[in-house]
Amino acid sequence: MIEVKNLYKTFDGRDVLTDICTQFEEGKTNLIIGQSGSGKTVLMKCLIGLYRAEKGSILYSGRDINTLDKKEYQQIQQEMGILFQGSALFDSMTVRENVMFPLTMLTDKSEKEKEDRVNFCLERVNLPNAHNLYPSQISGGMKKRVAIARAIALNPKYLFCDEPNSGLDPKTSLVIDKLIYEITKEFNITTVVNTHDMNSVMEIGESVSFIYQGKLWWRGSNNEILKTDNAEVHDFVYASKYAKAMFASQNNLKE
Amino acid sequence: MKILEFIGEYILFMGRVFQKPKKLSYFRKQLSTEIINLGVQSLLIVAIISLFMGTALTIQTALQTESPWIPTWTIGFVVRQSVVLEFSPTIISLFLAGKIGSNIASEIGTMKVTEQIDAIETMGLNSASHLILPKIVACSIVNPILVTFSIFLCLFGGWCACEFMGTLPPEQYMDGLRSFFRTYDIIYALVKTFVFAIIISSISGFCGYKTEGGALEVGKASTQAVVNSSIALLFFNVVLTQIFLG
Repeated sequence: MIEVKNLYKTFDGRDVLTDICTQFEEGKTNLIIGQSGSGKTVLMKCLIGLYRAEKGSILYSGRDINTLDKKEYQQIQQEMGILFQGSALFDSMTVRENVMFPLTMLTDKSEKEKEDRVNFCLERVNLPNAHNLYPSQISGGMKKRVAIARAIALNPKYLFCDEPNSGLDPKTSLVIDKLIYEITKEFNITTVVNTHDMNSVMEIGESVSFIYQGKLWWRGSNNEILKTDNAEVHDFVYASKYAKAMFASQNNLKE
Repeated sequence: MKILEFIGEYILFMGRVFQKPKKLSYFRKQLSTEIINLGVQSLLIVAIISLFMGTALTIQTALQTESPWIPTWTIGFVVRQSVVLEFSPTIISLFLAGKIGSNIASEIGTMKVTEQIDAIETMGLNSASHLILPKIVACSIVNPILVTFSIFLCLFGGWCACEFMGTLPPEQYMDGLRSFFRTYDIIYALVKTFVFAIIISSISGFCGYKTEGGALEVGKASTQAVVNSSIALLFFNVVLTQIFLG
């Protein structure tokens, strides 16, 4: 479990995150949602250690990353798998080398063990025949799947996905969402997904944190979000008239 | 103030770069790749530049020293000294600052804006050392070799001017090349090139690593890398010349 307590982050004197308190549960897909510029990417970057918060604490199974020494912090980093918005695959490496990179750099596994793990991870994301392709030779959806394979290569306890569906068509988005959900359940990972895609919220949002103007505005499940009377959340969820019609019919069906 | 800020950040950054690699076997693999990318792929262009530079230098020196009071072998001597002391180490390094510098800055800059560096950092690795140290080591190995190669080709270019253009009798040119040879001059040229290689690769790596934004900023970082490393190279050229020959 990851707990965030009273987290503050400022840039050039401007408050980007204010008093964020939330938790991301183990074995669940925890979504952070909100409008562009609301602070969800900054929150994600604070969680993975790319930004250091001015105040507050982030606890990974009780370990506060702000108070750990370098070695202990590196240990937590190796328990994280991260799927970046643009996939962040290394252009100069093949798919196989990308997935093998964390295994080579951070473990003492033999070549055979590494090969086996790479094969397992690529098969798990349904890419058994892409080993020798370069990132420039594969589609956006495949890149995301390779990035997921790389993220799970070290058997992470925590999986972070920053806008996993950005730039993807609805069908591929669904495949990626399903993959993230399945991996979370299969390996009992604490997964945190940063998104503004309501389809993802409805598909995999077991726990949803809504960030508004740098503050945690609302927290609940994907079912609760459709019924909330919180004005800002309601505006976000029903921003599109199609979403309004679709979710309204879903509600009617359930009732 | 901005220059001081740049120098301060650069020094701190070098502290991060010069760290022991996490996996030596992986570092060796990266090093051999960089030697090919930065060195072997510069071989042809260095050869072309050196050959023509040597030819033109010999023709011009012959024209400037056309006097019955100056023995003709002096032309070969002047060409050799100019090539060994200045033309090959400095001009070729300036050219490499453009070619290698922009290559390094754009590669690192692109990795920065596409979050590839973030991906390395979040694995708990030192991205600065992982990406830039192999380039610095590769340049400091390869550039002195390229400059040695350039010296030979420049002098060969001079011989071509004598043999095929009749600038002066080739034997007299060869006599000049052999006259008053000092090993110290070669050491000076190689030490200078080694320092220039570190300057080019480290400043370019730093400019690339500092990139924030998108494609436009990568282009700016690449230009900044070439300009800054060229200025630093010329400044250190004066410093080293004063130390070694002053």
